[in-house]
Amino acid sequence: MILASTLTTNLAILVLAGFIGFVVISKVPNTLHTPLMSGTNAIHGIVLVGGLLVIGLAGNGTFNKVILVIAIAFGTINVVGGFLVTDRMLEMFKSKPKARAKEAEGKQPGGGPGEGKDKAP
Amino acid sequence: MILATSFLQGQSLRDVLYIVAFSLFIQGLRGLSGPTTAVRGNRIAAVGMAIAVIATLLNPLEGNWGLIALGVALGTAVGVPAARQVKMTAMPQMVALFNGVGGGAVFLIAWAEFRLTHGYTNTPTYIAIFSLFAAIVGSVSFWGSNIAFGKLQEIIPGRPISFGSGQQIVNLVLLILAVAAGADIAAGDHSQGIFIGLLVCAALLGNAVVLPIGGADMPVVISLLNAFTGLSAAATGIALDNTALIVAGMIVGASGSILTNLMATAMNRSIPAIVAGGFGGGGAVEGASGAGEHAGTVRSTSAADAAIQLAYANRVMIVPGYGMAVAQAQHAVRELTKELEKRGVEIGYAIHPVAGRMPGHMNVLLAEADVPYDQLEEMDEANQEFSRTDVSLVIGANDVTNPAAKNTPSSPIYGMPILEVSDSHSVIVIKRSMNPGFAGIENELYYEPETTMLFGDAKSAVSEITAELAHI
Repeated sequence: MILASTLTTNLAILVLAGFIGFVVISKVPNTLHTPLMSGTNAIHGIVLVGGLLVIGLAGNGTFNKVILVIAIAFGTINVVGGFLVTDRMLEMFKSKPKARAKEAEGKQPGGGPGEGKDKAP
Repeated sequence: MILATSFLQGQSLRDVLYIVAFSLFIQGLRGLSGPTTAVRGNRIAAVGMAIAVIATLLNPLEGNWGLIALGVALGTAVGVPAARQVKMTAMPQMVALFNGVGGGAVFLIAWAEFRLTHGYTNTPTYIAIFSLFAAIVGSVSFWGSNIAFGKLQEIIPGRPISFGSGQQIVNLVLLILAVAAGADIAAGDHSQGIFIGLLVCAALLGNAVVLPIGGADMPVVISLLNAFTGLSAAATGIALDNTALIVAGMIVGASGSILTNLMATAMNRSIPAIVAGGFGGGGAVEGASGAGEHAGTVRSTSAADAAIQLAYANRVMIVPGYGMAVAQAQHAVRELTKELEKRGVEIGYAIHPVAGRMPGHMNVLLAEADVPYDQLEEMDEANQEFSRTDVSLVIGANDVTNPAAKNTPSSPIYGMPILEVSDSHSVIVIKRSMNPGFAGIENELYYEPETTMLFGDAKSAVSEITAELAHI
């Protein structure tokens, strides 16, 4: 394989991926900044793949193995933790459909006591 | 793995699966940028990640399975409980930590690569350059994120820690040293000492850049470091000739920079200003001395008085902040507003984009407490409402209500958009003490005539008001 062409192909992929990244996140409501940051954070956990490649193809020597196992563990934390935390954050936005919002609006003037779901924390 | 070889040439199957993974990442990110599609978007991206990992393991040359299992098991054992058990209030620092370990993985991989190739012997120079770039940026991101975590967790003081005027020079010298070490290695030096020196310089740089930044700017910094980790992952991808890393890393690098910019704009801060030292020492001192003039005019109130004020108001605006998050007071707040609603009081919640420690922090907490979505008002909307609001109840919010941002050009937060609570008829501030907020500056709001202070922990103070309401 000619190395120069590998480099140029990879650089082309890099540039295009950059454009996609710019386009995808053009307009985001403030509320979603944190979950979005957390979600992209989970995606760069892709470094796990790098760890898997290096240890799988060439892992020799105890010290190398130790740092690569740590790298894989770090990558796994990044991926698993990242997606789980994002999911938990977003769970909080769920079940906030219009129906309930309307219900709340409807009860404001009269203020019927029994209407809200009362659950003590 | 034998299966994979017979099935297709392992390499092309892997590449096809990678393409599927990219599509899922892109689709997932698109989903994450809209409120109704976000949950699904995140899961789609997670599936993409699973596919990318499986595709990598399908490589017929893959080996060392025991060690791979060990690493993944360790990571899962740490990551899953951490993500599951973290309190909603501690979410921002958790993101910082997860970002940090990503950066850590990047520089460790680069180090292993250096060692396995005996200092990039017989390796094309461009591979060495990308790998070294990943090592520097990964190390900066790792240490920077750890400092951000420490600050948000309050292990390290949240106030800016400045090294004085020499700060910029120190940063610049560290950066030059790291780059020089990299250039030396790329030029053919195989000494591991130099590589370790590069990692150490980058580590010190990561510390030196984040330590002087004030806590209020931390979300932007975490977002920036997130973009950095993405870029370093993309560089690792070029060094390893792996398209999954290039694409996913670069998408995060690009979208992360856009997001950083959006966040900085929401706070009216410029990214270079934040990185170059954030809330500088000089401004903070002036802010503090300015507050001295007002001292002595603070009026404190009692829960009973506050209850009366609230009960007879037509419209009450709740202004939540980090204090509410820390005290886990969102449920107590919801109870209070339910009581008030029963009395016909119109309720709104004024949400500053960076209230708490991260954009969207308050929305998450209030949603958890079942606050109706339509009562949450964004800053611009809320600022129009304050003039017809009888009582603004500020619960643990500080810097985002500080009029100095509007009136005092010398203040370090000057120019940051604020919630103009002083437009409302009266203001009740629930606060533990008169200590300044995260940015380390006094709040003039507390000295204004319409403001009364109710000192105490947010949760107990709110519960007390609710209890007093029952007697009215």
